[in-house]
Amino acid sequence: MSSGAANPALAHHFESLEKQAHAQRLGMWLFLATEILLFTALFAAYGVYRFLYADAFSEASRGLATWMGGVNTFVLVTSSLTVALGLDAAARGDGRRSGGLFFLSIGMGLVFMALKAVEYRHHFASGELPGQYYTAGAIAGSGGALFFTLYFLITGLHAFHVLIGMTVLGVIGVKSWRGAYSPEYHVPVELAGLYWHLVDLIWIFVFPLIYLI
Amino acid sequence: MSPLPASEAPVYAERNYLNTPATGLRSWLTTLDHKRIGVMFLIATTIAFATGGFFALLIRLELLTPGPTIVDAMTYNRLFTLHGVVMIFLFMIPAIPSGFGNFLLPIMVGAKDVAFPRLNLLSFYLYLLGAVIALWGMIHGGADTGWTFYTPYSTTTPTKVVPILLGAFVLGFSSILTGLNFIVTTHTLRAPGITWNKLPLFVWSIYATSIIQILATPVLGMTLLLVAVEHAFGWGIFDPARGGDPVLFQHFFWFYSHPAVYIMILPAMAVISEVVCAFSRKNIFGYKAVAYSSLGIAFVGFFTWGHHLFTSGQSAYNAGVFGVLTMFVGIFTAIKIFNWVATLYKGSISFKTPFIYFVGFLFFLFFGGMTGVALATVSLDIHWQDTYFVVAHFHFIMVGSTMMGFLAALHYWWPKITGRMYNERWGLVAAVFVILGFIFTFLPQFLLGNEGMPRRYFNYPERYWALNVASTAGASVLAIGFTIVLVYILVALRHGEVAGPNPWGSRGYEWLTASPPPLENFEEVPEFRRGPHEYHDLPGEAAAPAAGAAPGASHV
Amino acid sequence: MNELLRKLLFLPEQLSQHARDVDGLHFFVVLTTMAAAAVIFATALFFMVRYRRRSETETTPEVQPGHWHEAVFVGVPLAVFLLWFAIGFPQYVDLTRPPAGAMDVFVQGKKWMWKFAYPGGPSSLDVLRVPAGRPVRLLITSRDVIHSFFVPELRVKQDALPGRYTQTWFAADKPGRYQVFCAEYCGLSHSGMLAELVVMAPAEFDAWLAEQRRGTALAQDAAPTPGETLLPGSSIGEQGRAVAAQQGCLKCHSVDGSRHIGPTFLDLYQRQEKLSTGELVPVDEGYLTKSMMDPAAQVVAGYQNVMPSFQGKMTPPEVAAVVEYIKSLKTPAVHAGPSEGPVYESTPRK
Repeated sequence: MSSGAANPALAHHFESLEKQAHAQRLGMWLFLATEILLFTALFAAYGVYRFLYADAFSEASRGLATWMGGVNTFVLVTSSLTVALGLDAAARGDGRRSGGLFFLSIGMGLVFMALKAVEYRHHFASGELPGQYYTAGAIAGSGGALFFTLYFLITGLHAFHVLIGMTVLGVIGVKSWRGAYSPEYHVPVELAGLYWHLVDLIWIFVFPLIYLI
Repeated sequence: MSPLPASEAPVYAERNYLNTPATGLRSWLTTLDHKRIGVMFLIATTIAFATGGFFALLIRLELLTPGPTIVDAMTYNRLFTLHGVVMIFLFMIPAIPSGFGNFLLPIMVGAKDVAFPRLNLLSFYLYLLGAVIALWGMIHGGADTGWTFYTPYSTTTPTKVVPILLGAFVLGFSSILTGLNFIVTTHTLRAPGITWNKLPLFVWSIYATSIIQILATPVLGMTLLLVAVEHAFGWGIFDPARGGDPVLFQHFFWFYSHPAVYIMILPAMAVISEVVCAFSRKNIFGYKAVAYSSLGIAFVGFFTWGHHLFTSGQSAYNAGVFGVLTMFVGIFTAIKIFNWVATLYKGSISFKTPFIYFVGFLFFLFFGGMTGVALATVSLDIHWQDTYFVVAHFHFIMVGSTMMGFLAALHYWWPKITGRMYNERWGLVAAVFVILGFIFTFLPQFLLGNEGMPRRYFNYPERYWALNVASTAGASVLAIGFTIVLVYILVALRHGEVAGPNPWGSRGYEWLTASPPPLENFEEVPEFRRGPHEYHDLPGEAAAPAAGAAPGASHV
Repeated sequence: MNELLRKLLFLPEQLSQHARDVDGLHFFVVLTTMAAAAVIFATALFFMVRYRRRSETETTPEVQPGHWHEAVFVGVPLAVFLLWFAIGFPQYVDLTRPPAGAMDVFVQGKKWMWKFAYPGGPSSLDVLRVPAGRPVRLLITSRDVIHSFFVPELRVKQDALPGRYTQTWFAADKPGRYQVFCAEYCGLSHSGMLAELVVMAPAEFDAWLAEQRRGTALAQDAAPTPGETLLPGSSIGEQGRAVAAQQGCLKCHSVDGSRHIGPTFLDLYQRQEKLSTGELVPVDEGYLTKSMMDPAAQVVAGYQNVMPSFQGKMTPPEVAAVVEYIKSLKTPAVHAGPSEGPVYESTPRK
């Protein structure tokens, strides 16, 4: 989420490549902080309603396909690993390997999305939908509808960020493949990696919160 | 000190950012120059202010009589909603930071641009996009929920809430990106010699503002999105009929919106610190106190949101915690007020227009702030909540302080931005209109609140008539004052006297370069040997010539 | 002195001890603020005059604060602010603790009117009668959006939230008529959502209440306030039963759980009703009201769409009374007598 990825990489207002890289990293960390706060609002809402509707929420949570969530967690964590390996490759100047690893991560992202799509289809079929569309009826009171409202909001927003992450990885991956980066300058690879790690990290909070407890 | 020697006439810098690298609309719309982006923000936010001000005039005209006067109830409800939305999201939050901040911050840290110029331009276009979306909503009737969008009214009203919410959501991103840019710029682009302890106070306050912008705005964004989703799809997060909690919305909303008010005041405080020193030609009394108090406001301000919920059925425990924390946040403002006044001691004070606005600012910030603390005593708030007392309190801060800060900035930096001076006599005339108009508009509103007149009332009982008339009369004077400013400032663009690099004799770093500044801000980056608010001479420099009398002077 | 300051500050009369106490804090705040303002602005003015620029070439010294400066700048305001809080917060806490034995009144805000009901006593629209000198606890809720019950003379305000009850209390000193405002924006007629607080001498109030409960002719000491509708009869539930019988509801809806032309009223409230569309809706006041006004909109699964609309045939108070009646029909058996007063306990939501 920064400028300065063109060649020559050094922008006119920065003294040195090193300072520019430092600024870009700082900028990315700040941006990640804003993303975390975006999700914090939703997690807070989830926390409040979980407290108020404890039984309904735990019952609804038990009804989810935890194994799918588990597989998804494994997939995302592995994709973070491949991204980290990709960064390592870029630092050694191996643009093709770096790009390739990024494409592999994108592939894993697609697997994640596919599994989520399967889950969603199941929910649509059994009437487990947000708010006024909730017709599943297994859970008394409004707790079930609220659970699924938050479920769709949180996982939906996360999936949207997975898509953004995949796009970012794609763009940087292609550039890396084409040799745009070097051991001296590969900050965009680092930043793309940071973003993907955040997407992964958010899921690591989502999974226990929604599936496990 | 730093007077201009009598023989040297001010020079208008021929090659400056206004004509470099090119002129013409396209070069402006695709610019990466922070100065041009700042100017575009100033123009856009001024237009927004005029729009919001127009709504305000209609509101005050409607309130001239206890019954319907010029509009019906539905229109009136939309008017006060849009007045709030436009003023807060399209003016108060972006005007000083994205306008003056963009122009000045890089220059004040001795840099050539902000850290991420393309992100800066994106920030401007996001502002425009958010404005257009909100405008679309307004044209189609607009919302009637009040700018606070309390649920369940906002999720069930048939008016066009969703575009207004989406517009505000997009504007939030503009705010976040600007804040992000400023923080990174301050950390990484300071010229050698500008340590954190030599940073201009303007930068300190804008930095604190930026922290709030990046941490608080995402929460508002998500909250507004939730309201929009609930309104559009009935997903019931805040709807009690579906098990939701309408007060949860209030918590989420105020978690952002309380720090947001500090986003609105900190930049004005930033301006005032600069103006006080420049127009008393004196070092700031208590640099560290003023600098760190900005950070204090930003930090403590995050923990006080519950004071908007004293009558919302929350527990007394909540009320206690938030009330006490609010008392602490008031202290930081008190520190600033004392330090600014103490700066005048042994100064050399010049009563130019920016300083007159400082005087108004001081007065109104004091009373605005004290009434805020009074509200935080909880029992007084039970009476005052949702009455005109609260309206008066926040207008004292937003108009009496932030707007005065904006006008002070406009006049102080006009010569730097345009290379020309405005007419000082008209400046004083307008300032008198603005200050007097302000007092007559909002002082009666404190009394109306005491009397019990609730806010957002289309009709009101007759006993509130006289004070409402007084308030409307004041509003007309205020409007005249703003109009006068607009006129002579535009005239100054063409016919103003050439200003030269430093017409005020200020020691701020931005006055070390030409007016208007060159594209890269400094022809030659100066050695920053002294602080930006230091007016005593260094040993051996007793009768030094004007700082920056020749453009590109290499040391202070 | 109290009167002088009160008038100077445009404060309304002080109708209760709480109002007097809050005004006391108010005056203290104003006086300290003015004193501080005088000091600060006099100092500033003095500096501005004394240190005005006399020549373009004059210099200024560097002045740095001593440690004690900032300590004073922080310490003095902090002490004052915390003192204000120490006075104000207990006043607020007092408002959250109604005295035992306070008379309860249910308050329901609804766009755009206020309904008041006494447990076991009458209900009324837009007029709240209370005895002077006795504590009254208000149990406040809303039928739709957030409203706020505000009486300036009492310095009391409390939001009316849908789906929840909030409470506040007051003890008005003396008889009189005072305005009640809605203080939370609630839509089109927010500024028209006014009610009247009628404080009566205690003996008169008792007599009035007894008359109302006996259901005899409305005995009033003064001309009725325009818009005041006092419904005769005992409890709201009883009235509701009367209306339901009169309007023919009981012809199609049983009250003992047996299935008839329409769903039974017994345990209807808060039931999850399945509609013919397959949707599950909770039966709340909104649903019940809508069923009376627009029954065809939501037909319960397994029943015919034969219910007529009562729009225009029943007045709002009658509709509300029927709703209250239906709410009272819970197993075990229906209470025959007047309700025993409110039991205000928070129940965990399901």
